[in-house]
Amino acid sequence: MSEIKVDKLTKIFGRPQKTAVRLLEEGKTKDEILAETGMTVAVNQASFEVQQGEVFVIMGLSGSGKSTLVRMLNRLFEPSSGDIWLNDKNVAKMNKEELRNLRRKEMSMVFQNFALLPHKTILQNGAYGLEIQGYSKEERETKAKESLELVGLGGYLDKYPTELSGGMQQRVGLARALANDPNILLMDEAFSALDPLIRKDMQDELMDLQQSVHKTIIFITHDLDEALRIGDRIALMKDGAIVQVGTAEEILMQPADDYVERFVEDVDLSKVLTAAHIMKRAESITVDRGPRTALELMRNEGISTIFVTDKSRKLLGYITADQAQKAVDEGLEVKEVLTPDIPTTAPDILLNDLFDKLAESWAPLSVVDDQGRLEGIIVRGSVIGALSGSDEIINENGSGVTS
Amino acid sequence: MEDDQLIPKIPLDDWVEKFRDFLKDNLQWLFDGIKDGIEELDDFFKLLLHIGDVPGSPFILMIIIALIAWWVSGWKVGLFSLIGLWLVNNLGYWDHLVDTVSLVVISVVIAIIVGVPVGIWMSQKNMAQSVITPILDFMQTMPAFVYLIPAVVFFKLGVVPGVVSTVIFSMPPTVRLTNLGIRQVDAELVEAAEAFGSTTWQKLGKVQLPIAMPTTLQGINQTIMLSLSMVVIASLAGAPGLGADVYKAVSQVKIGLGFESGLALVILAMILDRITQGRKKK
Repeated sequence: MSEIKVDKLTKIFGRPQKTAVRLLEEGKTKDEILAETGMTVAVNQASFEVQQGEVFVIMGLSGSGKSTLVRMLNRLFEPSSGDIWLNDKNVAKMNKEELRNLRRKEMSMVFQNFALLPHKTILQNGAYGLEIQGYSKEERETKAKESLELVGLGGYLDKYPTELSGGMQQRVGLARALANDPNILLMDEAFSALDPLIRKDMQDELMDLQQSVHKTIIFITHDLDEALRIGDRIALMKDGAIVQVGTAEEILMQPADDYVERFVEDVDLSKVLTAAHIMKRAESITVDRGPRTALELMRNEGISTIFVTDKSRKLLGYITADQAQKAVDEGLEVKEVLTPDIPTTAPDILLNDLFDKLAESWAPLSVVDDQGRLEGIIVRGSVIGALSGSDEIINENGSGVTS
Repeated sequence: MEDDQLIPKIPLDDWVEKFRDFLKDNLQWLFDGIKDGIEELDDFFKLLLHIGDVPGSPFILMIIIALIAWWVSGWKVGLFSLIGLWLVNNLGYWDHLVDTVSLVVISVVIAIIVGVPVGIWMSQKNMAQSVITPILDFMQTMPAFVYLIPAVVFFKLGVVPGVVSTVIFSMPPTVRLTNLGIRQVDAELVEAAEAFGSTTWQKLGKVQLPIAMPTTLQGINQTIMLSLSMVVIASLAGAPGLGADVYKAVSQVKIGLGFESGLALVILAMILDRITQGRKKK
């Protein structure tokens, strides 16, 4: 179900806005409008949909209009034109009262520099959203305490914001947003002010948290790695316009234009590609076949090992040509000579996390699903090929698994 | 000379005097009301500060002020207050000190009651800011003596014209710094308040004013200092107190009297300054 549908949302800084909106609709560019009227187009006819429970990342460099865009969603900035559909209500057309209710109940925001009230304690900060709704002290503090405990700050309730580290302060910001129990979280560069290690921790924690709270999250960032890590889908912005919307793989593998391509060319592919992306078909036989069949197959394919599965394709191990020859010579069955306990991985594991396993053994890494069924194998050569961005190595398997 | 002028002199002085006559004819009832109100307030304060004229009242007040100073700003300021006030009493200026304190307190209270809301209003509307700022400039830079003339005309002699001209002269810092303090609140904090659905009053009361408080208090502190600097001028309009002593010393070239009463003013100023500054640091 689509939670938010943004339709041709535009923000102009300057007056008269209608002129600029008309010029945009006529197809004039941001630069032309600036030269002609002196008005700045901050967001240019942005359209996208966000699904319920999705982490939707809006990313772009500074000045690309991403922060302006997110501020229009809760109307901290008034849109110059366009609609924001939330279920069947248009946020862009709400009156003050409706807007206040929207902000209080349905959409909370987390800020780049935390925006905690310095004169209030952590608990009072967490309870702010409820305080202004007129909840009793007891009720709001109970709820705030719950959400502060959720982010691991149950022991800091009476501290003041300045007594906490940046990462902890932003947890308070997150807890404050969650305390209202909104459906939608707007996170404006929420982790950008944190140092890199803390930022990663926070990303992981947000993902963990999301598993239990299932919010619709609109996350603004200028950091591509962050976008790739946490985004179910990513919208890339340039000069106020959205250039591409898609999953991480779609953006990396099929960039919509040169801008996106240049943007993503330095991406660490090992953090995006999964085992499924680079696995090859595995030659295998079922365990009830004889060793001669195994030898025959290996000879035909020109390989020295072959994987052995049971009838439901559950991986049992592999057998080498030497082992198969030994079985033929001594009249043994395949299952008596095969090598069990071989390294395996799941298809959705990132390449980055495969390096250790690949280094541990010379045998190819077999990719098995959660039932233990063999899906493919990964050899070292394909890892190197994939990291260099070779299209021949990277297959379409991955997109089906991760999205 | 006048014949040489191409454009005749604009009769600004005549206009101002006509305006005064107009006010006097039509609004005298209001001025009388203000006058009575301030006088009663003044009497009440003096009674309070003299603690109903019980014997030893200076010492009771001295100890109360010293305790407040100690509690707010530490024992050093407390001790200083005690010694300073004792000295003033010893020199024989206690009654005049009380007169001056009453004048200052009434002026400052009025300046806060008027100035803080004006400052808040200025911070909310850019239009208000651009109208009020030049008025504040005018209030501060117009030689303070000039306020005495209409004040005396409307309120006659005594403490009231002193209070009125003191309020006009000393209010601007409170207005300015309240406005500045609110405007300096981090834009992200204001956004946060709005993003959680605060009403304008909630945003003001729960976010902007508390965060602006130190700056506002600094403005009030400056207002107190400015109103102390006005007491000598206020005495020209007949306001009693240490200012009148200084004025008498100047007009009669009595250097001893001038030093003593000046010192008493300095002591009072320091105590008030330390107490109001100390409050800020907490």
